Amino acid sequence: MIYEEPRFLSGGDRAIFVEFGDSIDPDVNQRVRNLKLAIEKAGIPGVVESVPTYRSLLVYFEPLQVSAPKLRETVFNLLQSAIENELPKRRLIEIPTAYGGEFGPDLELVAQHNNLSAAEVVRIHSGTGYLIYMIGFMPGFPYLGGMSPRIATPRKTTPRLKLPAGSVGIAGNQTGIYPAESPGGWQIIGRTPLELFHPTREPPAILQAGDYLTFIGVTPEEFTVIEEAVRNGTYRLNEESID
Amino acid sequence: MTTVQDLGRFGYQQYGVPTSGALDNYAFRIGNLLVGNEEGASSLEITLLGCQLRTLQDIKVAITGADLAATINGKPAPAWESLLIKSGDVLSFPRLDSGCRAYLAISGGIDVPEVMKSASTYIKAGIGGLSGRPLRQGDTLKAHESTASAAVTRLPSEYIPAYENQITLRVILGPQDDFFTEEGICTFLNSEYTVTTQADRMGYRLEGPRIEHREEADIISDGIPLGAIQVPGDGLPIILLADRQTTGGYTKIATVISIDIPKVAQAKPGDKIKFQQVTEEQAVALLKKYEQQMATIKSILQA
Repeated sequence: MIYEEPRFLSGGDRAIFVEFGDSIDPDVNQRVRNLKLAIEKAGIPGVVESVPTYRSLLVYFEPLQVSAPKLRETVFNLLQSAIENELPKRRLIEIPTAYGGEFGPDLELVAQHNNLSAAEVVRIHSGTGYLIYMIGFMPGFPYLGGMSPRIATPRKTTPRLKLPAGSVGIAGNQTGIYPAESPGGWQIIGRTPLELFHPTREPPAILQAGDYLTFIGVTPEEFTVIEEAVRNGTYRLNEESID
Repeated sequence: MTTVQDLGRFGYQQYGVPTSGALDNYAFRIGNLLVGNEEGASSLEITLLGCQLRTLQDIKVAITGADLAATINGKPAPAWESLLIKSGDVLSFPRLDSGCRAYLAISGGIDVPEVMKSASTYIKAGIGGLSGRPLRQGDTLKAHESTASAAVTRLPSEYIPAYENQITLRVILGPQDDFFTEEGICTFLNSEYTVTTQADRMGYRLEGPRIEHREEADIISDGIPLGAIQVPGDGLPIILLADRQTTGGYTKIATVISIDIPKVAQAKPGDKIKFQQVTEEQAVALLKKYEQQMATIKSILQA
């Protein structure tokens, strides 16, 4: 549910929450994104950074440069005057993904669990847009919305000790991508050769909260070609503006 | 565990990158001032004991923070003042006498590549500091060229903190204080909690009286400020620190005020913590006084 008026909540003496609703909802998330962009555009002195999440924006600030009451007032006024079409358009980013085989050891399990063929799981998972609600948990990790319940599958009861970077998985009714090698309990159905996060890139993450992504199935050979291009720095991300 | 830290990595939390940085803002900055550095120059954060370093050239250093019974070539090395040590000298931190984390500031600041505009180490993702990890036996560190004089500076004793085993942390309630019963808030503000062994740069888990929720202990994940106190379903508080995940789904009852974070940084397993509520205005007034004091210290040390 979207609140009629956003709630300002305390985050201690150097951060405030601006909360737009209490549900996981694209419209609520859009308001978070819009406010974040409006704050960045306004260049408010004393604001350090802001963190967009599902339904709230956490704004970090220097209290000796701008007081919390003054910041709340400034943000409130920004909300009133934020004009959507002056903000950067959202992007739809293509994530090339090799499904099944060595890349997706749990694809068959997900298929069987849902009484589908592996090909049907791939068809359902790929080619549709997922909203990136936020990046968190680990650098570059996207929290995605919009996965079809038809391929929902519980997490593994025993997590794997090591999942390769780029692993694309399903946990419950969520799908996501591991940006770095990590232990994990997700059902892994594929892998992308993209480097979702690289500390020396600017920005370091490919994905941003408020944008959309879609998984595009590629063959193992194409995977290798893209992987090489990523390594050489010659890969160009396929993205388009939407809205 | 010893890592290279500066004042933190800002601007990247939106990408899931924690701020990291020195946990004890006070000891860290003063160490740098003592050796003639900018307050935010990279230094070593030495957690508990065991670190031993040999210098390969004459340098000026300062030890602040926890008292780890520091020695130079076996002889006691005074803390909270600059020390001129000679090539070949061995610096040891053999015993924990008080506090939890010591800082070794080196004139010129430690020379490591900046990653995302900061030299701070974020161990979990292998970012920053010395190759993204704690120091190991055999590592060599370099310092930038130093322009500091050879004069010895000493912090006046009235500014040297005493680290207690029982501390009170001032907190501002929220953002999810309304998820707790009145009794729960009362328990939180009137009980004594003990720091467990699950205490590190990400956060400190506490043991003590359970804090009662109205209903849910889980929320739709949102941001986690520095010093936020999460209370999951088990009712036990966790104080989140510099290496905390940037987002999380547990209710947060309150946030420790900025100037009391160093107190957490110097607490260790077994120490006792009580929480005291303050207002936003009071917290900012205290922060203002803290910064004024830091400015005073700076002018004393750089006179």
